[in-house]
Amino acid sequence: MEKMLEVRDLRKTFGAVAAVDGISFEVSPGEIVGLLGPNGAGKTTTISMILGILEPSGGEILIEDRGHMNFAAVYAPLPGNLTVAENLRVFGLIYGVENFRERLEELLKQFDLAKYRNTKAGLLSSGEQTRLCLAKAMLNKPQLLLLDEPTASLDPSIAREIRAEIKDFTVRGRGAVLWTSHNMHEVEEVCDRVLFLSHGKILLEGDPKVLPQRHGKKTLEDLFVAVAREPLSL
Amino acid sequence: MNPKRLYAVVLRQFYLMRGSLSRVLPLFAWVTVDIALWGFLTRYLNSVADSGFSFVTTLLGAVLLWDFFMRVMQGVTMAFFEDVWSRNFLNFFASPLTIWDYLGGLVASSIATSSIGLAAMLLLAGLAFGLSFAAYGVMFVPFLLILFIFGIALGVMATALVLRLGPASEWFVWPIPALIAPFAGVFYPVAVLPRWMQLFARVLPPAYVFESMRTIVLHRSPGAWPVLAGAGLAVLYLAAGCWIFARTYRYAVRTGLIARYSAESVS
Repeated sequence: MEKMLEVRDLRKTFGAVAAVDGISFEVSPGEIVGLLGPNGAGKTTTISMILGILEPSGGEILIEDRGHMNFAAVYAPLPGNLTVAENLRVFGLIYGVENFRERLEELLKQFDLAKYRNTKAGLLSSGEQTRLCLAKAMLNKPQLLLLDEPTASLDPSIAREIRAEIKDFTVRGRGAVLWTSHNMHEVEEVCDRVLFLSHGKILLEGDPKVLPQRHGKKTLEDLFVAVAREPLSL
Repeated sequence: MNPKRLYAVVLRQFYLMRGSLSRVLPLFAWVTVDIALWGFLTRYLNSVADSGFSFVTTLLGAVLLWDFFMRVMQGVTMAFFEDVWSRNFLNFFASPLTIWDYLGGLVASSIATSSIGLAAMLLLAGLAFGLSFAAYGVMFVPFLLILFIFGIALGVMATALVLRLGPASEWFVWPIPALIAPFAGVFYPVAVLPRWMQLFARVLPPAYVFESMRTIVLHRSPGAWPVLAGAGLAVLYLAAGCWIFARTYRYAVRTGLIARYSAESVS
């Protein structure tokens, strides 16, 4: 099967500290891969390297089509002093979106932002801002989507809708998603495969529904806690 | 450089300006205050001095050109600071936008904002104080061009400084024109400076502009050499500014500064 993203022996060191220590994985079309791990495990560092805003110390990142990659992260809100439509227009130009007006209407409808079209992004609730970031992430009809805790600030109802959108993106659009989250229920529901990172290395990999039992844990959350506290026991 | 992406950076600035009186007003307000203050001062000096020397074309013209240079530099840095303040670096630099698209957009934004300021200054200085730029002849165009290129160069260097040292270092940027002014001989001939200051003046493009301007006011020809030297130096500064910015950006990508920039965690 073709791969949208292939990471080989990726490394990043800051001085003597190895933030990412020789990880390899791939993401295929139609697949959602969860990148899990405690704070400082190397998830955001990995995503930053894939995005090209952080230079790897070693290894390779192969992306099928960099022009059709996009991202949304809880720590990267869009400029609050521009309206929803203005933000999408600016990023539409940057991502070279064809038929922008049509695409804008589609996204405003898809992410329930039509009524906020002329509202400054900074005046939106955090959930609405997240939806705006996701609309931006979908602007160029990406084939590879990097989502760093995309539902962290959403209420359960909106989070469910967003998960459904992302699921639809992979099932119908054959998009590939690399998803980080600390919400293990969400990961279990959404991800086809998970990678547990600990101290910059991939500790475990597999189906989130099967992985806990394989390691003698009841739930994915129990497994997460074990990875965070006693990685050597696994 | 991709024109659409460059336009996106300019459009982002236009959207900011369009909706904000506090951003539009400074384009006119400070230049108006400066021209009014120096306009009245030169009018007073003309009335008490009996030398036939035109303080309007010398001092007010110098103020106008110096203000233009500052607006150009601040046009670049302010556009950059908007992205610092709105924590927009990740969205920009994790996109297909290249640093050259970005820098091109900052420069184009600066051209727009400084042109507005220049038009306001020319209008006020001409209408209220009788300053005519015909007095400088065709040299007025290269004067503006040299100051524009040097303003862009310093603006780009200043953004590199803030990118390297973090958002708090923006306070290093504001005094830069004030630090240069005494050496550049904006209001007096470079010859009145101590020897060591004159050495600095020789490597500052504005010094050549203001020296030439005063020569023209005294009905003498400055010749082509000072203008060529000023232009050559300005282009060198611009090349150095772009090189420094590219190096700083590369450093920021290598060390993770760009990735962490929005967090204000850099010193």
